[in-house]
Amino acid sequence: MSAGQTTVDPSEVAKFEAMAAEWWDPTGKFKPLHMMNPVRLDYITSQIAAEFGRDLSDDKPFAGLRILDIGCGGGLLSEPMARLGADVVGADAAERNIPVAQVHAEQSGLDIDYRFTTAEALAVAGEQFDVVLNMEVVEHVADPLSYLTACQQLLKPGGLMVCSTINRNPKSFMVAIVGAEHVMRWLPKGTHEWDKFITPDELGNLITESGLRLVDKQGFVFNPILWSWSISSRDLSVNYVTASVKAA
Amino acid sequence: MDNPDAGAQKRSMTTDTDIVIVGGGLNGPALALALGDAGFDVTVIDALQAGARGEDAFDGRGYALALASQRLLKAIGVWGAVAENSTPLLEIRISDGKPGTGPGPFVLEFDHAEIDEGPMGYMVEDRFLSRALAGAVEAHPRVTVLSGETVVAQAVEGSTATVTLASGRTLSARLIVGCDGRASGTARRAGIDRWGHDYGQTALVCAIAHEHPHHGVAHQFFMPPGPLAILPLPGNRSSIVWTETTEDAARVHALDEALYLDHLRPRFGDFLGDISIAGERFTYPLNLTVAERFVDDRVALVGDAAHGMHPIAGQGLNAGLKDVGALAEILTLAKRRGEDFGRRDVLDRYQQWRRFDVMQMVLATEGANRLFSNDNPILRVARDVGLGLINAMPGIRRGFIREAAGLTGDLPKLLEGRQI
Repeated sequence: MSAGQTTVDPSEVAKFEAMAAEWWDPTGKFKPLHMMNPVRLDYITSQIAAEFGRDLSDDKPFAGLRILDIGCGGGLLSEPMARLGADVVGADAAERNIPVAQVHAEQSGLDIDYRFTTAEALAVAGEQFDVVLNMEVVEHVADPLSYLTACQQLLKPGGLMVCSTINRNPKSFMVAIVGAEHVMRWLPKGTHEWDKFITPDELGNLITESGLRLVDKQGFVFNPILWSWSISSRDLSVNYVTASVKAA
Repeated sequence: MDNPDAGAQKRSMTTDTDIVIVGGGLNGPALALALGDAGFDVTVIDALQAGARGEDAFDGRGYALALASQRLLKAIGVWGAVAENSTPLLEIRISDGKPGTGPGPFVLEFDHAEIDEGPMGYMVEDRFLSRALAGAVEAHPRVTVLSGETVVAQAVEGSTATVTLASGRTLSARLIVGCDGRASGTARRAGIDRWGHDYGQTALVCAIAHEHPHHGVAHQFFMPPGPLAILPLPGNRSSIVWTETTEDAARVHALDEALYLDHLRPRFGDFLGDISIAGERFTYPLNLTVAERFVDDRVALVGDAAHGMHPIAGQGLNAGLKDVGALAEILTLAKRRGEDFGRRDVLDRYQQWRRFDVMQMVLATEGANRLFSNDNPILRVARDVGLGLINAMPGIRRGFIREAAGLTGDLPKLLEGRQI
């Protein structure tokens, strides 16, 4: 589907535009994602560039790469990937997000294939990708191993999965649940269930079990004084990200 | 889709160019080159005809380019064409003075030998810098210049910003950058208010030929009506920036050359021997005008459009080039991440980077002008003692030298001479 031939019902466009505006308002409901997005993108783009030998200062450096964004929401990661030249499929298990993301991509002049589906369903359909973006999803799924196995199946040989989630320890409980949901109200209460958080070691084991090879892990650290996020190789205590590859 | 035209009518998928830069002075072309190098397609809209800025009679200003600014010009590939007409600033001497009595006994001296980086900066005349920038912009494959065009309207809708030109032509882009000076139309059209005031002072500017060599020394004499800066140019010439009250400046400007020099001599002193006027004489009224914010949705302001300051510290162009380096870096990093670089949250990073530095500079120039541009005997003693004290403390002196060279603070990469 191209951006010019959306399946969005015209009578509903205004509603979806309003929802898209909400998704993409850097000071609105999704503020925490917007604040985190530059470091997430720095990590994702540098991992893809390294894995596939691309130069980020080139025009459309990701041309020819097929990328799946799982849990695409309003398209906060799908749009940058498309802008860098990738052929992007954005998948979300929440049906309402799909037309919202479509409307916004159209406004941005980008061609993105948004689908109401899951990683498991795409794997069953035999879809193949160079890159699977699996950002802040694994802590929400019922069975992480079968989910990560589906992600592994979606990768072409030599493909790359970037997976981020939240560590499970007293600090992450204070920061991600008490801080982000109750004190700052950055996220609706109940967004996260602490017992579903996964430690880096557990995630590493799950990734290995799913059939991928873990190649990198880093922390995403929020500095409350500078009010910004940065990447840290030492501090994986709350938010962290991993890169893993499928054997060629 | 039921109505296949609806999307096309509402939004265009692509834009005519990535970034429109309004203003063809110095910051505009410099920014265009930095952005063009980073892979952006840039269109510069210049109200003047091509070549007008390089003419000798166009602008009499000389710029004390801080070392960091010279590094930026090197990084964007224009320094080579400027170098032969530049003069290294080896020493800056600041003193308190009164017409007729020459410089006072308390002198503050900044010598480049106290820092490792080399000269504190370079003196360059406007025409040479303008020509070098015009040449580089002309040769750049990603930069287009529309000369003799002005913007009459601008609008932002969705992810597209559009400017309408006086010729009726329209141009769409992801971002509009206003490098259009103190009376920035880009800021006004974006609804960005300004604050500031008129100093009631006017700068008389011209080149002076003198008998003795200047040895790369820049002088700043603080006189009650305003400072007199004497800045070294190639050969036995110096550029003067002579600040008087606006009424006195108008009177002096109207005089013939001989009478003009008669007024200048007691202020200038005789340390460079006989003096004469070399070239056209210019006047620039001085005001402070700061934009209440430097960005809006798909609009960013650079240089005097964001912050027009008193020339007392010679920091106008240097501050503008710092803006250029910072904005180019923010936009380039955003582009490499695949971000929509014209969005307000990206532009806010530029504002956050520059605003504190700019406010510090505004306060410093305000303070210096109030402290020095008067004949109050108490303030006179205070500033003489102050100058003497700073001069007696090498650590603080070196700090000022590094400040003058533009080597302090969180520098954009281009101002360190590095590519983004």
